[in-house]
Amino acid sequence: MTSSSLKYSKDNTDKRLDYNSLRQLKEEAYKNLKKRVLKDDAIGINENGTFYLKGDYYEKQLRIALRNCGIIDPGNIEDSIATDGYKALADLLENNVSGQQIVDDMTRANLRGRGGAGFNAGRKWAEALSHEAPHKYIVCNADEGDPGAFMDRSILELDPHSVLEGMAIAGYAIGADKGFIYVRAEYPLAVRNLKIAINQAMEKGLLGDNILGSNFSFSIELRLGAGAFVCGEATALIESIEGHRGMPRNKIFRTAHKGLFQMPTVLNNVETLANVHMIMLNGVDWFRSIGTKDSPGTKVFSVVGKVLNAGLVEVPMGTPLTSIIYDISGGIKNNKKLKAVQTGGPSGGCIPASLVESTTVDFECLESLGSIMGSGGMVVMDEDDCMVDIARFFMEFTVEESCGKCTPCRVGNKRILETLDRITQGQGSEKDLPYLKELSEVIRDTSLCGLGQAATNPVLSTLRYFENEYISHVKNKRCMAKVCRNLLIYFVGEGCIGCGLCKINCPVKCIEGERKIRHIIDPEKCIKCGTCMEKCPVHAITLS
Amino acid sequence: MIDFTINGIEASVEEGTTILDAAKKYNIHIPTLCHLKLHDLNVENASASCRVCMVEEEGKNKMIAACSTRVKKGMRIRTDSIRAIRTRRMMIELLLSDHPKDCLICPKNGKCELQNLAADAGIRSLRCEGERRVCTIDDDSFSIIRDMNKCILCKRCETMCNEVQTVGVLTDVGRGFHTVVGTVFDRPMHSTTCTFCGQCIAVCPTGALTEVDNTADVWDAISSDKTVIVQTAPAVRVALGEEFGMEPGTVVTGKMVTALKNMGFDYVYDTNFAADVTIVEEASEFADRFKNGGRLPILTSCCPSWIKFVEHNFKELIDIPSSCKSPHEMFGSLAKSYLAEKLGKKPEDIVVVSVMPCVAKKYEAQRPELGNSGNSDVDIVISTRELARMIVDSTQDFVNLPDSSFDRFMGQSTGAGTIFGSTGGVAEATLRTAYEFLTGEELKEVNFTALRGFEKIKETTVNIGGTQINVAVASGLGNARKLLNDVRDGIKQYHIIEIMACPGGCIDGGGQPYMHGNTEILTKRMNSIYNIDNKKHIRQSHKNPEVLQLYNEYLGEFYGEKAHKLLHTHFYADRSEI
Repeated sequence: MTSSSLKYSKDNTDKRLDYNSLRQLKEEAYKNLKKRVLKDDAIGINENGTFYLKGDYYEKQLRIALRNCGIIDPGNIEDSIATDGYKALADLLENNVSGQQIVDDMTRANLRGRGGAGFNAGRKWAEALSHEAPHKYIVCNADEGDPGAFMDRSILELDPHSVLEGMAIAGYAIGADKGFIYVRAEYPLAVRNLKIAINQAMEKGLLGDNILGSNFSFSIELRLGAGAFVCGEATALIESIEGHRGMPRNKIFRTAHKGLFQMPTVLNNVETLANVHMIMLNGVDWFRSIGTKDSPGTKVFSVVGKVLNAGLVEVPMGTPLTSIIYDISGGIKNNKKLKAVQTGGPSGGCIPASLVESTTVDFECLESLGSIMGSGGMVVMDEDDCMVDIARFFMEFTVEESCGKCTPCRVGNKRILETLDRITQGQGSEKDLPYLKELSEVIRDTSLCGLGQAATNPVLSTLRYFENEYISHVKNKRCMAKVCRNLLIYFVGEGCIGCGLCKINCPVKCIEGERKIRHIIDPEKCIKCGTCMEKCPVHAITLS
Repeated sequence: MIDFTINGIEASVEEGTTILDAAKKYNIHIPTLCHLKLHDLNVENASASCRVCMVEEEGKNKMIAACSTRVKKGMRIRTDSIRAIRTRRMMIELLLSDHPKDCLICPKNGKCELQNLAADAGIRSLRCEGERRVCTIDDDSFSIIRDMNKCILCKRCETMCNEVQTVGVLTDVGRGFHTVVGTVFDRPMHSTTCTFCGQCIAVCPTGALTEVDNTADVWDAISSDKTVIVQTAPAVRVALGEEFGMEPGTVVTGKMVTALKNMGFDYVYDTNFAADVTIVEEASEFADRFKNGGRLPILTSCCPSWIKFVEHNFKELIDIPSSCKSPHEMFGSLAKSYLAEKLGKKPEDIVVVSVMPCVAKKYEAQRPELGNSGNSDVDIVISTRELARMIVDSTQDFVNLPDSSFDRFMGQSTGAGTIFGSTGGVAEATLRTAYEFLTGEELKEVNFTALRGFEKIKETTVNIGGTQINVAVASGLGNARKLLNDVRDGIKQYHIIEIMACPGGCIDGGGQPYMHGNTEILTKRMNSIYNIDNKKHIRQSHKNPEVLQLYNEYLGEFYGEKAHKLLHTHFYADRSEI
C-alpha cells in the first residue's frame, strides 16, 4: 500500500504543467478534440479552427459564455485546454501582468454582473485589490434559484473550467488565495462536474500551489446550498458559507471591503466569471465592440413559456426582444398571440406585447420599462395567461423564499399574496388596487435585501400595464384569460344531446336535466372543477 | 465632521454616526423598534430588521434605515416627508397585522414598545389584515414564558442570548412568514441549555418573552394558615420605586418593608443578612482552600444562572465554584431551621417567599437538592416587577408609604451584604472578610473600587499577608466564558473569581423594572447600592451582630459541620433539565 500510494503521489506531481507543457498539451488535445468533432454532425469548425454548434437556433446566437457548452467533454480537462482553457491565466502569469493592470482592463471592459445587479465587475475587483488584508476571497455565486432559469447550470455542467479559470484570474488580480463556489445542491450534475474539474485542475497544477510553476497559489472549494433562494443574495450567501443561517446582512460595508470572514471578497456570478477568460484573451476593445455602449458583451437568457423552442439563448446586449422570441425561439406556440414577456426571474417585471416591439435586452432598456435584467430568466406569455394570476404565482414563490428577517418582505409580501389570492378567487374589491400599489411600493423601497426590494416587481409591472385585467377581476369578477377558476362560469350550449354524462360525473351534483334534453348547470353550486367539460362527448360545455 | 441636512436643517456630526443618533442631536425623534443600544454595557442590536425607522433621502428611490445607516457627506435626509410618514405607518400596520390584539390581558400591557409605537402613530384601523402565525406557547419552565405569537422578530433576544451571553439557545427557525425565534428541535426552554438569566425578557419589546407569574401563589400562601416569611434581595430596593414613577435609583427599602407588611406577610426579612452569612461561609471556604492547598480559584456561586451555565459548559471545572448556596437559599434554609426554632414553628408550616431582581431564582428554588427533609428552602420566588404589581393590587399608594424596618433575627445587614446587588460586590465583600480571616489584622481600606463599574472583566491584586491575591470579576455570561476559558487553559491564574450572569450584576437582572434601553438607569441603581454601603456603620459581613448571634446560638463554627449541612450544596456536571 505504502509503495503504491507513494508512486501515485509521484505520478501526481509529474502531471503538473508549466507554461511550455501547457502549450504542448493544447496542441495535442486540440487534435484529439478535432478528430472527435469531425465525426459529430452537430458540431462545425470555423475558419479560425474554433468549433460551433450547427443549426439555425445556435447560429443566430453569439455564444461567448456558452462557447464550449455542448462541444467539449466537461469531464476531461484536456478538452477544455484544447479550446484555449487556462490560456488566459497562463498568459497573465507568464508575462507577470500586474493585478492593477488586470483590474484596470476589467473596469474598462465594463463587464456588468450577470447575476442581476449589473454592477461593473472590474470595480468590485478594484475595491478588493485596494484593501490590504491577511486573506482575500473569490466567491462564485452558483446558487441559481429563479424558477425556470438554467443559464448557470448549463455552464457549470458543460464547461466548469471556464468558471474555475475566471476565479483564478480574479484571485490573481486582487491577491486572493482561496475561492469558494456556492452551488445549490439541487444541481447534482453541476456539483459532480465541478468536483471532477477542480480535481483535474489541481492535478495539472492549474489550481493549487504555485500554479504553472509561478508564485501564485489559488485553491477552490465547493459549498452546497441547501435550497434557499435568498442565499443567492450576496450577503446571505456569505453568511451561509460562514456556517450561519442564510440571511442578508445589514450592509454597512461592501463585500469587496469586508465580506467573507470580514475579509475583502469578490463575489461574481457564474456567467460573469465565464466571460473573464474571453476578455483577457481577446482584449477589452473586442469585448466592448459587442453589445451596447453601457452594457457591453452578451447575455444568456433562458427562454421559456409559450415559445416554440424553449432553451438557452446567448445574444449581444441590445438585441431586440422580438428577435429572441421570433427569430431564434421560433415565435409563439400554436399561433397564439403574444401577450407579455416577463424578464428577470420571479422578481422581474412583465413587459406588455405593445412594448415588446421596441424593447432591447440591455440593463437600461429593461429597467426603464419597470422590469429588470435579472439573471436572465425570460418567460413568454400568450393570450391564455392571466396577468393577475402570473403576479400571484411569482408572489407565491417570493413569499415562500423570504428569509423572514425584515418586516416588509416577511409580512408585506404575504399580505400582497393574500390580496392577489382574494382577487383571483373573485373576492377582491376595487379598494384593493390602490392598496396593492402602495404596499408594493413600500416593500420595494424598504426591504433589507434585493429579494424583498424586487419581490413586488411582478405586481407593480402588471398593475402598470394590465390594470384592465385587475379591474375586470375585482369589478366584473371576470378573468379574461379564463385562468382564474373561481371566476369562470360553465355553460351548457345548444349542442347538448342530453346524454347525462356530465350529470353523472359532477362531484357536487349541480347539473340537472332530463334525458335527451339540454342540461343546466347551477352556477351557485358549481365548484368549477371542469369535469363536465372533460366528459361531454359533443363539446357542448363552454366557459364564459 | 460630516456635513448634511436633515429636514432642511444644516447639520454636522462626527464620522460614523448613524442617522438615528444624528437626528437625536437635532431633536428629531425617529421611532424605532428592533434597535437597541445599551451604551454602558457595550451591547447593540442593529439587525435593522423591523424597518420602522425608515427615512427618506432626497433624490433617492430607496428608503433608508436610520438605525444602521451612517451619515454620508451631503446627504439630504427627510424624516418628516409624507412618504416617510406613510412608510413608517405602513410598517407598523404590517407588524400589527401579524400580532394578537389581546393587549388588555397581555403581561406587557402598558409596557409594550409595539403598543406605544402604535399609540404614537395613532393607528386606528388596519388595511392589511390576514393570516397570523400560530405558535404553541412554551410555559413549561419555572422562569420564562415564550409566546411567539407576539414576537416581532426584532432579534434583541437573539443578540442577548447568542452574542452577549453566548448561551446560544435562541435562533430563527423556519422561513418566510413562518419564521419564529425558536429553540433546538423546538424544545421547551427547560430542556435546553438556557440558564434562565432572563436577559431576553429584559430586552423583549413585546409580550413574547415574559417571566412566569407567581403572584397568585403568594396570595394563596398569605391567605393560608401558614407563617409566610418574605425576604428581599439587595438590588430590589434600588429599582422598585421606578415602577411607581420614582426617580431611578431611589432607595425605597423602608416603603418596601411597609408595603410587604401591609400585604399580610408575617415576617419581613432581608436577603442582605443572608448575603453576610454567605460571605462568612465563602471567605472561610476560600481561607480553607488557600491554606490547605485546595483547588483555586474559588468561583462565587450566588448566581443560579451562572451555576447552570457552568454545569452545561464547564463540566471540567465543576468542583471550582464555592459550595455555598446562594444567599436567598441560605436564608430559606435558616428560616426553616434556626428561625423556625426561634418562632416556635414547624418548618413545614413556614412558607418562604423571595423577592428577587431575577427570574433564574424561580428555577433555582425548584432544584431538588436545595432543601432539608423534604422542605424546599424557598417556596415561591417573585421578581421586582411582580412585587410592584402586588403592591398595586393591594391598593397601596407606594410613594407615600411610611418607612418600616426589617424584623429581628434575620433583618440586619452590613454594607458588604448590600453590594451583592452590583457586579463586583460579592468579590469585594469576600475580600473585606477574607483579609481579616487570613491575616487576623484589621482591614483599613474596605473599598475595592477596581472591582466596581460596568467594565466587562475587572481584575485587581490584593496583598493579603504577603501573598498577592488575584481577583477577577466578570458580568455577562459571554465575558464569564472568556474568563473561564483562560482559567481552564491556564492562561490566567486567579484566586477569587466573581461572576454574575447579567451584565452589570443583579441591578440589571431579568426580573427588574424594564429599562427600555436607557442604561443611565443602571448607573443610578449601582450608585445607590454603593451609597447604602457607604452609609452603613458596619461594612464587613463577619461583624454583623445578628450573624454572630446565629453562629453563637445555633450554627457553631464558621464553615463548620452544621453550617455545611444547612448552607452548602453541590453541583451537577450532568444536569439535564429542571
